Amino acid sequence: MKTIADLKIGERAFVKAFRQVDLSLKLLEMGCLPGSEVMLDFIAPFGDPLGIQVNGYCLALRKDEAATVLVEDSI
Amino acid sequence: MKKTPTIALIGNPNSGKSSLFNQLTGLRQKVGNFPSVTIEKKSGTWLLGPKTESIVIDLPGLYSLYPKSLDERVVIDILANPAHENYPDVVVMVADASNLKRNLLLFTQVADLGLPVVLALNMLDVARDKHLQVNAVKLAMKLGVPVVRINARVGEGLDNLKQAVVQTLERPAGTTLNHKYFFNPADQFPELIDDVKRTNQLSNNYLALHYVQQHDIFSFLNTEKRVAFDQLIEKYDFKESGFQAAETMHRYAVIDGLVTDSVKVADDFLVKPLWTKRLDAILLHPFWGYAVFLLFFLTIFQAVFTLATYPMDMIDAGVSALNDWLKLQLPSGALTDLLTDGLIAGIGGVVIFIPQIAFLFFLVALLEESGYMARVMVIMDKLMRKFGLNGKSVVPLISGVACAVPAIMSARSIGNRKERLLTILVTPLMSCSARLPIFTILIALVVPATPVLGFFTLQGLTLMGLYLLGLVSALLSAWVIKGMVKNTERGYFVMEMPTYKTPRWYHVGLSVWDSVKSFVTEAGKIIVAISIILWVLASYGPGDTIARAEETVQTSNPALEGATLDNAVAAYKLEHSYAGHFGKFIEPAIAPLGYDWKIGIALLASFAAREVFVGTMSTIYSIGSAADDDNGTIKARMRAEINPKTGEPMYTPALAFSLLIFYVFAMMCMSTIAVVYRETHGWKWPLIQLAYMMALAYGLAFVTYQLLK
Repeated sequence: MKTIADLKIGERAFVKAFRQVDLSLKLLEMGCLPGSEVMLDFIAPFGDPLGIQVNGYCLALRKDEAATVLVEDSI
Repeated sequence: MKKTPTIALIGNPNSGKSSLFNQLTGLRQKVGNFPSVTIEKKSGTWLLGPKTESIVIDLPGLYSLYPKSLDERVVIDILANPAHENYPDVVVMVADASNLKRNLLLFTQVADLGLPVVLALNMLDVARDKHLQVNAVKLAMKLGVPVVRINARVGEGLDNLKQAVVQTLERPAGTTLNHKYFFNPADQFPELIDDVKRTNQLSNNYLALHYVQQHDIFSFLNTEKRVAFDQLIEKYDFKESGFQAAETMHRYAVIDGLVTDSVKVADDFLVKPLWTKRLDAILLHPFWGYAVFLLFFLTIFQAVFTLATYPMDMIDAGVSALNDWLKLQLPSGALTDLLTDGLIAGIGGVVIFIPQIAFLFFLVALLEESGYMARVMVIMDKLMRKFGLNGKSVVPLISGVACAVPAIMSARSIGNRKERLLTILVTPLMSCSARLPIFTILIALVVPATPVLGFFTLQGLTLMGLYLLGLVSALLSAWVIKGMVKNTERGYFVMEMPTYKTPRWYHVGLSVWDSVKSFVTEAGKIIVAISIILWVLASYGPGDTIARAEETVQTSNPALEGATLDNAVAAYKLEHSYAGHFGKFIEPAIAPLGYDWKIGIALLASFAAREVFVGTMSTIYSIGSAADDDNGTIKARMRAEINPKTGEPMYTPALAFSLLIFYVFAMMCMSTIAVVYRETHGWKWPLIQLAYMMALAYGLAFVTYQLLK
């Protein structure tokens, strides 16, 4: 399954589901909902953390956290 | 309306809530603690009418009423408890208009609790730049609360906000009861909600849900009640996490429907503002990101050393001039000595820190205000994790350069327990501003001010070296301790990256003012008290040796006269005072580090607070020298000090560096120990911290002295 951690910079995708309950609660509250469009904005030096654009703002998260968010190319 | 209503400010991080707080309360704000928890509470007064003063409380920024960190817990703890002394009469919800949907999530939760809310729409200019149009009137109708357009950065719309708050306060009580829920938990769990409402005398369904979801962290519930909730959850087969996720999604769906005709969305909202994009390209760059970061911090330290020394030298000279003048004006005697050598010397020791503390907090405030701090956290996270820390540890570590106490408290934003604990344990190794005067004075004594590469001086580089030593040992210690601590829970890094903003000088100024004020009152009390006690201990001694000092000295050295005699008498008095006996007692233990009994007195005195060291040295050497010795400053007195064994100057490079190294590592600060105790809920970690830091200090100072001797 493709996750946010697999995206390339500038690539867009739609959030499909979460693998981790606690983290999903936090991401949901921050507006990263199933069906939201996300775009990978930056990858920090040394490949971690990542920054995604979602819901009109930029969210930074670690690579292993990003790997718990499943995405698909279209809804 | 109540006589002094309480107004709570609530909002997402980066929504401009603190800016609004500064605009409303200005210099009438104070920092305290919420009752029974050690979370910093900022409150202040705001004049609502000619005679009505209100109390404004700035609650910690958060994204939802379900807390993710310790700081955030206090919000629901207050809002769920009408008996709380800070329970608000009206809530002002500050919302970032450029990110309205996410901000409205928290709004709908607060409104559903039945609290009177005024929605303050902030950052409309940012929204406009993103081609987002927000219609406040339509929004107010949809949400059923007053909506006010404000600009918290420049203070626009505050009169309208005041009007809306007053109107809301004047509304007769109980009119909010017919509120229509944005999300009603009773739709799915009617019996559970009814049960909770009945047994706890609640009238609000959503409040009842929070009792079910969060009873474990409510400080106002006892164990018996908490157990009862656990039984209810089991009885109704209620799934906490699942229900919380469903609630959030339901709210977003409702918000989507509400804002469709009041918010016009830009065509592509995944695109960053132009300047943020440009700056991120540099500041998050694998090479330039670190280059800018390093350059920035090197400049800070160089600036602190060069710029802050001017006001510091002036304060130092001013204090000794005042002392000399007072000694001439007042009749000589014990009281005058207490005032000049004890009290004023002690106060001088506090005041002298102000330029450096102000300067460092100024820079930290600048980093936070501009949005650069979040980028520093991101580029440092991977590196910090190698040492068991977190990108967010950068804030405590940087703030630790000013003072470890607020720095350790700021580690609460680190979600992971282990990473937070490690950050707390190593933050005091960062050289705080209390060490700076010690460093400054010792470096100035033994390191020449030779220019290096034009921009730097040898003194500045030495200082930078000591700071780096602190940083490197903080990282290495974290790495060593990492293996000894078990990780018990998962924490997250997830955070919002704010857009870059030009800092508002007024807010930066207020933040500096706050820090200086709390330093002067908190640390000042300890320093002044210790200075006075020390003066007494250094001026009096057992038996009548002090009273007969002059006689004794003259009998043993009949050739002495004039100033030389006065000096000899003063030195004799100090040596035979209580403090002198104390210093002599520990001299064998510190002799291997190169210290004599005079330094021993200062070490003991500074055990409670290292900032006392310089003040103590100043007290000791001003007692130890005669009154007519008016080459006043402490630096001059230390330079003039002769080692009685060698006849050479006392402060050799070996001794000075041994002391420098000792103070880089030594855990000499009561306030830090107290805050670590509070933050880790026990004596285990503060004692481990004290032990490992003291062992490092003694061991490395010993090695330094023996190598350089």
